[in-house]
Amino acid sequence: MQTQNTSVPSLLDHSLQLRWSLPVLALLAALPVLASLAGDTFYVGLATRILIFALAATSLNLILGFGGMVSFGHAAFVGLGAYTVAILMQNGMVSAWVAWPVAMVVSAAFALLIGWVSLRTQGVYFIMITLAFAQMLYYLVVSLKAYGGDDGMSLAGRSSLGLGIDLGEDTHFYYVTLAILVAAMVLITRLLNARFGHVLQAIRENEVRMTAIGFPVFRYKLVAFTLAGALAGLAGALLANQGSFVSPALMQWSQSGMLMIMVILGGVGHLYGGVLGAIVFLLLEEVLSHYTIHWQLGLGAVLLGVVLLAPNGLTSLLRRKGAAA
Amino acid sequence: MNTILILEQMLNGLQFGLMLFLLAAGLTLVFGIMDMINLAHGSLYMVGAYLIASIAQATGSFWLGLGVGIVGTAIFGMLVEMTVLRRLYQRDHVSQVLGTFAILLMCNEGVRMIWGSQPLSLNPPAALAGPVELVTGFYYPAYRLFIISVGLLVAGLLYVLIAHTRVGMQVRAGAANREMAMAMGTNVQRLFTAVFGVGAALCAVAGGMLGPLLAVQVGMGESILILAFVVIVIGGIGSIRGALLGALLVGIVDTAGRTMIPPSLGYLVGPEAASNAGPAVASILIYVLMAAVLFFKPRGLFPTHG
Repeated sequence: MQTQNTSVPSLLDHSLQLRWSLPVLALLAALPVLASLAGDTFYVGLATRILIFALAATSLNLILGFGGMVSFGHAAFVGLGAYTVAILMQNGMVSAWVAWPVAMVVSAAFALLIGWVSLRTQGVYFIMITLAFAQMLYYLVVSLKAYGGDDGMSLAGRSSLGLGIDLGEDTHFYYVTLAILVAAMVLITRLLNARFGHVLQAIRENEVRMTAIGFPVFRYKLVAFTLAGALAGLAGALLANQGSFVSPALMQWSQSGMLMIMVILGGVGHLYGGVLGAIVFLLLEEVLSHYTIHWQLGLGAVLLGVVLLAPNGLTSLLRRKGAAA
Repeated sequence: MNTILILEQMLNGLQFGLMLFLLAAGLTLVFGIMDMINLAHGSLYMVGAYLIASIAQATGSFWLGLGVGIVGTAIFGMLVEMTVLRRLYQRDHVSQVLGTFAILLMCNEGVRMIWGSQPLSLNPPAALAGPVELVTGFYYPAYRLFIISVGLLVAGLLYVLIAHTRVGMQVRAGAANREMAMAMGTNVQRLFTAVFGVGAALCAVAGGMLGPLLAVQVGMGESILILAFVVIVIGGIGSIRGALLGALLVGIVDTAGRTMIPPSLGYLVGPEAASNAGPAVASILIYVLMAAVLFFKPRGLFPTHG
């Protein structure tokens, strides 16, 4: 006979798992120091890139993993955020306090519009219509000759944040990115454990039933889609800053595919799925390309192995081990 | 002069549409019957084109290359199906995307290791190299006419195979209701492998046909794969008829857009802006078409399921 224990969180609740996420965070915080001790600051740049993609993948996981919406056009929102920052900077607006929120608003606005049309379709058709919109935005950006067109455009530098933080300094930029990612993770956890998150996950499990109960399913999905767009826009703003360069390649469908692969690799619908996926994917890419120019072969083999051996992503392996212990 | 231009563009659109159909037919069957998202479908097209181009180069005979390449690609496709894809049928779409993306990466890299990253050239057979005068004053490349006839022939053969044979009936039954088809005694596993082989062979035909027109290079599969997905979504997943109609629509809209839009934009925003934005707007056109179709018919033009 099963007993209901009130201290056990429900399936819909997600914990930040501070027991092991705090040590990881401490390690990440110490990384620039360790890197400078080792005399190799290259890794700070790589780590920043990984954190940015972790943010983008987590935003996708919010709709893909928790809302059941398999969006194949997420890179479009990342690209929109990046281009917003770039265009504002070209017009003299360098303050991060203005440019980054505007990037989020622009991405959110497009997500709202695209979601409003796309969420009428289901399943594979949803995958394809989000792809279609992303492709439209991609070609739109390609046609913007004033902003570099196909070649992309370089930024004069990184945004300015004030507060004595110099984003041009790689270490400062790394800590700002880390802080944003941590804030986003905490916010997403709070959101998922709130009524909104529970409804969203219930819709993923059974949309028809939720409609029958009387929830405005379409509106909940649209809000989640828009939120994910805003977070992706923020990731895009960071990405534009990191490389001081934006190009339509940011919005290519293969980028959307890559974000999706990161989420699936890490674990769909696991709080840290996007983060773990981004870390493993980008590290694999880095390590394999270090050893061989044919690194894609190895990457493909690893991904295939994950699909066949860990059906629910890497976090399911961790969880299974935890359950066995 | 103008009618000739329009006629030429229509024929180009038809030719491109028919080749898209060859890719989309295999994709829609795999999708419809096995409920499987196969991102590696474009890789079969690439492998086919490489096999055909390299055999044609080695032997000097386009026809030999085409024949051996098609058979080789079909065998390759069936091998991939039996070793890996079979394990993914029962899984959700998300795992299938990851698994077939992995295969796509490995195919791209494998091709790069075997043939190098330089594009291969594939020459059309000498007999079809020149232009043909269709009506007075209108010359059209013989090779493109040949592609159109091959496309029509294959479409006709597929129609007969699907609509008038026992295997075709099982395929249609599988697309409409897989469990019921299994309950009625269809050997679904063998059927799946066969369908996959046919799909791969069709990819190779398209690869061989388009090889002389487009470059045979790594990554050629990805851009056309997206178009093939657009086609089957417009047509309705699992429907051969829908795939044909969708392919022709996409082929003609895309080709017409590329020739018509830049000049007509010129009237609106001036020639310089038009020459900048024209190609991009033309590329957007098919996605607008797809979004519009899905907006009004969320399951495509010819829904098969349910």
